[in-house]
Amino acid sequence: MGQHKIRTAGAGPPAVPGRTSIMLKLNGVARQLDVAPWTTLLDALREALDLTGTKKGCDHGQCGACTVLVDGHRILSCLTLAVMKDGAEVTTIEGLAQDGTLHALQQAFIDHDAFQCGYCTPGQICSALGLIHEGRARTADDIRELMSGNLCRCGAYPNILAAIESFMNASDGVRAR
Amino acid sequence: MNAFTYTRVDDVAGAVRSIAGDGAARFIAGGTNLLDLMKENVERPSRLIDITHLPLRAIELTSDGGLRIGALVTNTDVAYHPEIERRYPLLSRAILAGASAQLRNMASVGGNLMQRTRCAYFYDNATPCNKRTPGAGCSAIGGFTRYHAILGTSEHCIAVHPSDMCVALAALEAVVRVTGPDGERAIAFEDFHRVPGDTPHIDTNKRPDEIITAVELPARGFAERYAYLKVRDRASYAFALVSVAAALRMTAGTIEEGRVALGAVAHKPWRDRAAESALAGRPASRQTFERVADELVRGARDFGLNRFKIPLAKRAIVRSLEQAAATNGGGRP
Repeated sequence: MGQHKIRTAGAGPPAVPGRTSIMLKLNGVARQLDVAPWTTLLDALREALDLTGTKKGCDHGQCGACTVLVDGHRILSCLTLAVMKDGAEVTTIEGLAQDGTLHALQQAFIDHDAFQCGYCTPGQICSALGLIHEGRARTADDIRELMSGNLCRCGAYPNILAAIESFMNASDGVRAR
Repeated sequence: MNAFTYTRVDDVAGAVRSIAGDGAARFIAGGTNLLDLMKENVERPSRLIDITHLPLRAIELTSDGGLRIGALVTNTDVAYHPEIERRYPLLSRAILAGASAQLRNMASVGGNLMQRTRCAYFYDNATPCNKRTPGAGCSAIGGFTRYHAILGTSEHCIAVHPSDMCVALAALEAVVRVTGPDGERAIAFEDFHRVPGDTPHIDTNKRPDEIITAVELPARGFAERYAYLKVRDRASYAFALVSVAAALRMTAGTIEEGRVALGAVAHKPWRDRAAESALAGRPASRQTFERVADELVRGARDFGLNRFKIPLAKRAIVRSLEQAAATNGGGRP
């Protein structure tokens, strides 16, 4: 341990790089914002855009709580730099309900009691929508495997699976490719 | 994360110019490993060069009948590409055995090759690590070694390469295309990653001023007889304890050619051609496979808590070869 020492920059603190203006098509609405190069999409959503539905769990890409849809694909917003998504279409949990009516998958989570504390739920739902859009899951085991990036420490997995399955069945065969 | 500046480049030449002479700059594509390492203060680049706008997203036929996969194609798009699924199912299986759907949607092919070890001591800034700070010492040796190497280790580093995709690419004998200030060159997959030796801080033989542009697959894809077997601590979304990519070409029960690549046992995807050569001309029997497995792990050495990996690797090799011999034209193993 003794050989390890705190590293300091040789020539004083580095100059703070400037902020960049980016545009996101966020839940259907164009939003302009200024971000630092190191601002993650997750922090931009939560801190700059006041959309706290997307959760910060581990902040290291291990739990899936921060899952959002970017250009229709599920990704981890904690491992995404906002500046790299200039112009992208971003869908978060706040963008799913229409005119005050919950998305059918949100309703399925309620109907199947698919959460306890609820912290992982926005990520679970966004991830499940990505999974359905991908069209690869045909069996319950496929859903389990393809949802493995979303951890639920309350252990609501059986009910999460039931909610996703019931939504897929009700959506008239979207489970097929 | 430390403060850094951000640059976007639009073509390969611009990327090469941008990184030239700047040892503190890093390319970023999917970011799934680099940003994590930056959050842990293991990587502290002064500048990130965004390469995601480079035109490296195609999967196309090569003149010799193989496939060229652009470095920016996502892991997902490789795994589910119809030609990869049909001609190189081993590669599809290996990719889908790794990470999660979200990470596969983000991670690029080039980034998968460049990802760094998940050795806990490498990640932990409070413990010495030769890979992080050359000469500091290795904390893994004598530490918690369940996830560490048994082959090709050195007294300086016992970390493993974490990729699943790369294990399949090693078995398929892919070629990595890189471009640098001196132009383009090809690196055989076996030569891309390194054993640690006394320079464990250098993961690959790609120079820092070079950029990966593509991975090329040769025409032969072993689509008839293959298996990717991954043994891990949980059924999904976990790094391997041992993984095996096995590929066979057979005629009437006799093996004409066999390949075995091992993952999570060494600093690079592990091939041993001398051991593999014992497959050719032999019947596809358990006896043959056990002899090859013995030969493959003959030089293995454990570091205490990873002792189980030696018999585990042997059994995984035998099982994956049995699975490969039993498959015929796809189906999930």
